[in-house]
Amino acid sequence: MMKANSLIAGCAAALMTVMAGSALAEATKPDMVKIDDNKVKSSLTGIKGNAADGKKWFANRKLGNCLACHSNKDMTSKPFHGEIGPPIDGVADRHSEQELRAILVDSKTVLGKETIMPGFYKIKTGARPAKKFKGKTILSGQQVEDIIAYLLTLKE
Amino acid sequence: MKGSFKLGLLVTIAAGSTIMMGVANSQDSLPAGVTSIKVATPYKGSPLDEIISGWHFRASETQSLQQDDFDNPGYLWVDKGESLWNTVDGEAGKSCASCHNEAAKSMKGVGAEMPKWDAKLKRPLTMEQRINSCRTNNMKAKAWKWEADQMLSMTAFVRNQSRGMPVNVQVDGPMKAWAEKGKEVYYTRVGQLDMSCANCHEANYGKHIRADHLSQGQSNGFPTYRLKWQKLGSLHRRFKGCMKNIRAVPYKRGSDEFVAMEIYLAHRGKGLQVETPAVRN
Ligand code: HEC
Ligand code: HEC
Repeated sequence: MMKANSLIAGCAAALMTVMAGSALAEATKPDMVKIDDNKVKSSLTGIKGNAADGKKWFANRKLGNCLACHSNKDMTSKPFHGEIGPPIDGVADRHSEQELRAILVDSKTVLGKETIMPGFYKIKTGARPAKKFKGKTILSGQQVEDIIAYLLTLKE
Repeated sequence: MKGSFKLGLLVTIAAGSTIMMGVANSQDSLPAGVTSIKVATPYKGSPLDEIISGWHFRASETQSLQQDDFDNPGYLWVDKGESLWNTVDGEAGKSCASCHNEAAKSMKGVGAEMPKWDAKLKRPLTMEQRINSCRTNNMKAKAWKWEADQMLSMTAFVRNQSRGMPVNVQVDGPMKAWAEKGKEVYYTRVGQLDMSCANCHEANYGKHIRADHLSQGQSNGFPTYRLKWQKLGSLHRRFKGCMKNIRAVPYKRGSDEFVAMEIYLAHRGKGLQVETPAVRN
């Protein structure tokens, strides 16, 4: 019984690695993403974003941490909404999916060079990046797609 | 001994001052030992319309800890610094007092003008570096580590002698190149989050970033007692913390980059009164 169980678990783990691997392989590399006219036309991964996950990444301090700067009426149960950027409420009325993707991938190309908002899917960052984060994007391509799916639910 | 006595009082007095706050006049809403927390007309060329001490941005419970020296936990270090001032150490058989006598006289104003140019070494020295230079050269004693309790105590004690005096560092002559270097470090975007000090402390002070109320990141209160640290900490420790938060490799305490930034930052706060030891959260 033990053996069979761990065998199944092992297979499942292997399968998941393969699946994750192929999803990653399909994600457009950060330096290959084209921003045209303040838009990124197609999905970074080809996999539809999950709004429920996106909502989690939005608040998570180690991931999007969007709440650090943007207040959000959809999250009134969470304390401490930031005041640095505009409130995120109704953002889907102001921006298309493709515009949101461009803002998230590389905020500076859309919002202007001076913006404090980080680019979440770009390799070139500030000087002296910490070892742990060197050469890595803040969010994965799929996390960006998930957050976009979530933002598209924010209509007023 | 004196220290633990104060700590015991802390709770009682803090509770007392909460009750008193209802009848506070404007004099009560200043940190102890200063007459102002703002410079309404900054020096020519300042990027700020108004220069404001970090005290202004803290919650009233944190502020109240700095309104009376008996409430201020940073005073444990000031007191320890005073006793170290008079303690003989090193092969030369001297204490600080052997050369400088009474700190209240000899050190008055010194902390408001640090970092200062050292003509012999042909470089600026921060308070920490100055103290270690005295220890190794004049006392033949061992240098203290930057963040050691003794160093924090001594820097707090010496700078406390300038409390209420306006910050005024030299940024011309040989200091010019250093101040310019500091400015460059200040405005350079660093880390995975790709931010400069100015993104938070110039463009967005007064706003909340999550739970934190952003100040101008001024240095007039250092070394500062932080509730989060549960102890006194140096300015360079704070620099490191801010750089780590933006996911950058911080410079080292005492590095030329941090010394340069300390000079530039002191200049940005020109005219602010020294508050050492300030209390922050
Ligand atoms: C450190 C601050 C900061 C963080 C973190 C941040 N933003 Fe922003 N964001 C801003 C600022 C500031 C602006 C406004 C443009 C400007 O003034 O630079 C902005 C603008 C935007 C806009 C355009 C808003 C509009 O109404 O036009 C969107 C969309 C956005 N951010 C989404 C996000 C998302 C999603 C995240 C997290 C994945 C995030 N931001 C994280 C600071 C931030
Ligand atoms: C992402 C935002 C952010 C960035 C970027 C940032 N800081 Fe800070 N800093 C803070 C916060 C939050 C605090 C604590 C609240 C306050 O005093 O602003 C703080 C506090 C400080 C303080 C203490 C102020 C006081 O009154 O005790 C200093 C000094 C400081 N920062 C300097 C810097 C320097 C120098 C840099 C660049 C290396 C920097 N900061 C970058 C967010 C930031």
